[in-house]
Amino acid sequence: MLKLINGSQTLGATRAFWLPFVAVVAAMLVYPVFADAYSVGNMAYLLLWVFMAMGLCLVWGYGGILSFGQTLFFGIGGYGYGVLAINLGGESATTVLALALAILASGAVAAVLGYFMIWGRIGGVFFGIVTLSSTLVLAFFLGQTAGPEWRVGEARLNGFNGMKDMAPLNVPWFGGEPLYFEGVPLYYLVVGLLLVVYLGLRILLNSRFGHVVVAVREDPQRAELLGYDVRKYQLATFVIGSMLAGLSGVLYTSWGQFITPASVGLPAASMPIVWVAFSGRSDLTATTVGSFLVLWTFQALTVHSQQAALLLMGAMLLATVMLAPQGFVIGMVQLVRGVFAPRRRREAATAMAEEGGS
Amino acid sequence: MNAAAPLLRTTGLSKRFGGHTAVSEVGIDIAQGEIHCLIGPNGAGKSTLFKLVVGMHEPTAGRIEFQGRDVTGDRPFRRVQQGMSIKMQTPSVFRELPVRQNLHIALQHHVRGAELAREEDRLLELLDLARDQAKPAGALAHGQQQWLEIGMAIALRPALLLMDEPTAGLSPEETFRTGELIRELNAGGMTVLAVEHDMAFVRQIAQRVTVLHFGKVFAEGSIQEIVADPRVAEIYLGKTQ
Repeated sequence: MLKLINGSQTLGATRAFWLPFVAVVAAMLVYPVFADAYSVGNMAYLLLWVFMAMGLCLVWGYGGILSFGQTLFFGIGGYGYGVLAINLGGESATTVLALALAILASGAVAAVLGYFMIWGRIGGVFFGIVTLSSTLVLAFFLGQTAGPEWRVGEARLNGFNGMKDMAPLNVPWFGGEPLYFEGVPLYYLVVGLLLVVYLGLRILLNSRFGHVVVAVREDPQRAELLGYDVRKYQLATFVIGSMLAGLSGVLYTSWGQFITPASVGLPAASMPIVWVAFSGRSDLTATTVGSFLVLWTFQALTVHSQQAALLLMGAMLLATVMLAPQGFVIGMVQLVRGVFAPRRRREAATAMAEEGGS
Repeated sequence: MNAAAPLLRTTGLSKRFGGHTAVSEVGIDIAQGEIHCLIGPNGAGKSTLFKLVVGMHEPTAGRIEFQGRDVTGDRPFRRVQQGMSIKMQTPSVFRELPVRQNLHIALQHHVRGAELAREEDRLLELLDLARDQAKPAGALAHGQQQWLEIGMAIALRPALLLMDEPTAGLSPEETFRTGELIRELNAGGMTVLAVEHDMAFVRQIAQRVTVLHFGKVFAEGSIQEIVADPRVAEIYLGKTQ
């Protein structure tokens, strides 16, 4: 199993990485024992955004495709879940079906949009422009759905006020009462999904598929001349990354039991780019850790002053671009490696000298 | 496939760019197991013909058959999947990725599991790149990048290895070593088609030669016949000897 998870495409393959990893997971698992209900719910809220960042890391960092469309798929997932949960009744595992269908809807839209862009040879900055335009189209469309005629079955879209009153995720449980994923259960669900998605993406990226995805990013023509249909790999990457944004959307809607067009629009669409650029888009772990830290910092500062938080976000992005263009987390890793490198070199030289003398 | 049929055949192959005809009704046969060189003065249409064969240009007219199958409309990756392998004129490697990963990406087509690492090691030794395996490919010297790309091309275990000026930018010693490597691969059963203008290199490796001039086949034969042809010497060899 470790052989599948580790590889040249992802940071960390030794005990020095996996032992702290296990400690962090253990700390996350016991966190609800020590924290109050509000903090646990808030932590679930912060973590649910990380899926969208991981999706963008796959598409942009590994695949080389700058997609501005993460909130488009977030919106499709979120609104899709809302519509389905309301119309399916919201109990007896119908919300799980709604979750699955909403994520599939995000993937289906990504497949159609991606097919026309990739087969139509739209690349580089134009990919970003088309995905951003599509995002804005959805945001504007949702914003003008205030009238009562804008309903899907029982579900009213409600324009800028947003859709509400859908049931949170729940499953049938022992004793007859369904288990609602709110508070602590939602936290454990998000942590579990995060673990599955993180490890799953590591396996994917270190597999044959992952190597080809990176090859396509580096030189699409050379990748094609090695016999790979680069279009299929780009499309698959885009669809998987978009479905992860859809998962964030579903969890967000289930968490708050509402979703508004503001979560799709321009300011929201730019946030995943900032999280991933700041964290270090070329590595999954850097993106996962960095995005969470940015979200946590932003929220902590917003409590005191939203303007100050926005200013700090801007300063952080500027500092990253100027000082560590590969990303803050990766920059820190390289800094630490740089500090220990002379010692490692001295040890290696001593070992070689001893070998030569023996 | 008929045993007597050529591995690669082009029939009436033409390519026009606006009013300029770069390749005109070219028909060549590449027999199974031979090293075939395509030569000609600058502007003869060699590189255009190469790109037509690998699928990077769409022909204006004509037909390309590979292993008895019409591949004229196929994209490059399909041709590679059917047994072609391509080395471009300027080194085309994944510059930001380590040398070993470059070979890994090429090898994973045919090799799986533990054998993959063994094949990577074998190729690294063959290409004399074992010491540089962790370096980004872009940090290698030009000649090493050329060799790495050749390594990636042969990692596909092709039936036909297509090379566009494989010795461009190489020192005489590196050129000779490249020639020896190609001969060794050919001895193992690999057919080779190389576009080249270094006549010493062509003499070293070629079994058959096609001379292009103004986009048309001007002469064809063994290397001895081509060297002895006064018309070829006039248009090409005389200028380089």
